[in-house]
Amino acid sequence: MSKQRINVSRREFLIQSAAVGAGLSLGLYLPGCSDNAAPKPAPLSESGIPEVNAWVVIEPDDTVIIRIARSEMGQGTLTGLAQMVAEELECDWSKVRTEYPTPGQSLQRDRVWGSFSTGGSQGIRGSHLYVRKGGAVAREMLIQAAAEQWQVAADECIAKNSVITHTPSGQTTTFGKVASAAAELFPPEHVDLKDPKDWQLIGKPVKRLDTDDKLNGKQVFGADLVLPDMLNADIKACPVFGGKVKSFDASKVSAMPGVRKVVKVNDDAVAVIADTWWHAHQALNALPITWDKGDNANVSSASIDAMLNEGLQAKKAFLGNENGNARKAMQDAAKVVEATYHYPYQNHATMEPMNATARWTPERCEVWCPTQNGEAALEAAAEAAGLPINKCEVYKIHLGGGFGRRGAFHDFVTQAVAIAKQMPGTPVKLLWSREEDMQHGHYHPITKCKLTGGLDKNGELQSLHVRISGQSILAGVNPNWMDNGVDMFTFQGMLPGEEHGISYSVPNLLVEHAMRNPPVPPGFWRGVNINQNAIYMECFIDELAHAAGQDPLAFRRKLMKDHPKNLAVLNAVAEKAGWGTDAGEGIFRGLAVCNAFAAYVAACAEVSVNSDGQIKIHRIVAATDPGYAVNPQQIEAQVEGSFVFGLSALLYGECTIKNGGVEQTNFNNYPSMLMKEMPKVEVIVMPSGGFWGGIGEPTVAVAAPAVLNAIYAATGKRIRQIPLKHVDLKATA
Amino acid sequence: MPKITVNGKQVSVDAEADMPLLWVLREKLGLTGSKYGCGIGICGACTVMVDGQAVRSCVVPLSSLSETTPIVTIEGLSSDNNHPLQQAWKQLDVPQCGYCQPGMIMSAVALLKDNPNPSDDDIDAGVTNICRCGTFNRVRAGIHLAAQIGKRGRSE
Repeated sequence: MSKQRINVSRREFLIQSAAVGAGLSLGLYLPGCSDNAAPKPAPLSESGIPEVNAWVVIEPDDTVIIRIARSEMGQGTLTGLAQMVAEELECDWSKVRTEYPTPGQSLQRDRVWGSFSTGGSQGIRGSHLYVRKGGAVAREMLIQAAAEQWQVAADECIAKNSVITHTPSGQTTTFGKVASAAAELFPPEHVDLKDPKDWQLIGKPVKRLDTDDKLNGKQVFGADLVLPDMLNADIKACPVFGGKVKSFDASKVSAMPGVRKVVKVNDDAVAVIADTWWHAHQALNALPITWDKGDNANVSSASIDAMLNEGLQAKKAFLGNENGNARKAMQDAAKVVEATYHYPYQNHATMEPMNATARWTPERCEVWCPTQNGEAALEAAAEAAGLPINKCEVYKIHLGGGFGRRGAFHDFVTQAVAIAKQMPGTPVKLLWSREEDMQHGHYHPITKCKLTGGLDKNGELQSLHVRISGQSILAGVNPNWMDNGVDMFTFQGMLPGEEHGISYSVPNLLVEHAMRNPPVPPGFWRGVNINQNAIYMECFIDELAHAAGQDPLAFRRKLMKDHPKNLAVLNAVAEKAGWGTDAGEGIFRGLAVCNAFAAYVAACAEVSVNSDGQIKIHRIVAATDPGYAVNPQQIEAQVEGSFVFGLSALLYGECTIKNGGVEQTNFNNYPSMLMKEMPKVEVIVMPSGGFWGGIGEPTVAVAAPAVLNAIYAATGKRIRQIPLKHVDLKATA
Repeated sequence: MPKITVNGKQVSVDAEADMPLLWVLREKLGLTGSKYGCGIGICGACTVMVDGQAVRSCVVPLSSLSETTPIVTIEGLSSDNNHPLQQAWKQLDVPQCGYCQPGMIMSAVALLKDNPNPSDDDIDAGVTNICRCGTFNRVRAGIHLAAQIGKRGRSE
């Protein structure tokens, strides 16, 4: 790619920023075109300094403040986005700080910062163009301001490291000295973005910008927020999905220490408001509540399983991907292999439970919360407040984990506002207990999958039929995002194309989905549908390779000729792991590869299983090709972390349903993996350029299948249902 | 009114005897570095040092603490992020979301106090905190690095 010339028209910018959020975008209005003449005087930054443009504020001491619209939840996006602005701005990286604009400010300014949505691994790849442009425009304005002061031509000046130099004369100034003059200028009509080969800061493993306060307790998370005169609330919603509050007896707890008020919240929850959260929690636990359990009180894991089993056999199903004629080709197969897999409900279990703080008056509503989508939080706040959106504001706070739980759903905001409305003028912080968080999630959806593969007499895969049965996330979250009733996202990793594409070319392919939606709320869960689909596809391909009597790597390679990027990451892990060589006494390897969120990832796991059936994951080699690598060391951190998330899901992750609600309550019965279970992870970051892929999610999906395939190699046992806590791998079993 | 000693200072606490130390710290003393994660002593986000031992403060009632029992929280670790663990964490960019990190660091403080040069197995046994972002390998490297920094500090 060479230099890109970018027009600085507001209309183009808006259309683009609307398009990138497509999958998760909101129904927010897109204002019409406004021209380049931004209203003057330029808006001030939080510190009262006029901004150069929406993305950049330079203080007189040369401090650079970069505005970040997406949310930081651990994934490093804050630093990566700042790197991209700074790359074009040509500022001194050591002087960079960041700040979050509010969603209310963004609405007032025609959504100048684009999407706030931080999901779908979109943070970097969805905004790289306009944030780089933001940096470039600010640079040009700073140069122009210096040139005007010197009365020289701007094209004789260059900016580097926050210093502007007039090349012919050698005179210099700094960004801080010309920033206020630059703020008065009109932006240039177009700017040139650098050729990626000229990037100095993008691609560098710089340290995160948000670490210091995380080392000493100063970082304020939503749960930590304290406002003057603030009260605290704890909440219980009906433990049965769809159930409601019938009655509660506030008199039983109103005299308990600190209790101020017991309130009904919407029609399905009760909250206690108290001086401290501990007091609210104690009183809530003592509060007698009677529930109207509604229609779902008899729903159980067994009844859901029956729904899914019916879907596996059903005549009708939605089509996801098809070529050739898989059903017919299956009849001609020399050998047919068939297997059924299962993936359970799982909770996001962010370390910081859901929370939001709200202050409501009849005129205004303000909300402070950790959110993956500030604009969606603002919409939820306005709706709950019963106020126009311009009378509401949301202040974003760093998230103690997101993983998809805090993006499409702002139930915690709706509740916080509903509580605050019953205490007008007083800020109330609502913090869910872990038990509430565990039982009122928006869960990783449940599915089963029957796969049938037809091999010819040479052991070549001629036909593959994939029948998914189970829950659609989009149907549960927002049916408007579906395509005529079809949830194409269900087929993630099995679709044509390079966003969530299948890694293999099979002459006869049929992928379909029998949608069966149990009354358990589904949600986007880090990785989303690729988590189960990669298990289904990668474990079954492994089954087919063994059925064909072929090496699983060689078998895959033959099917991947038309998928060079998928093949490249697979080859990279195989080579680094030493596929085909001895892994050590009792240690066996397994592979997995996939394309999701426009990135290509693969893993090779090394696993041993002892005679007691105990699994040890010794080492994982992982490769990722995200197109461009903005911060390689943060990509490594995301890849390592993805294995903790994916392996926790594999080892322990399961929410079971009884009497219409989730049985698990806390980390004692919904465990997450610990340090002692963590394998060594070797990360290969191999950006091949020319496209932008996501980082935070894709690798989660290869964790489980790579380990499951290694367990098969070690034991000869094919595990088709997770989590492994249910599986007995004893040698005699 | 009960008194406790936190980060070297004795303070009076207007709270019931059964209030867990975590909530005393967070809601009575304004020390919100120690986090609520589970409330049942499992996840470790609330870990602080009590009398030199790492404890899950969410299950330690106020009544179990004497006036002089030394309690150290993440806020009391250093005044300038200069504790060897903080230095190591910074050098290796350990935190992701950061919510579990105060507890993780305090567990590591306790581990290094008793075992200045821990093996991987020692770290596995000593640090049992949950991290959902998945910082374990950098935490492990951070503890090893902090042990080296601590050694240099002692030999100076």
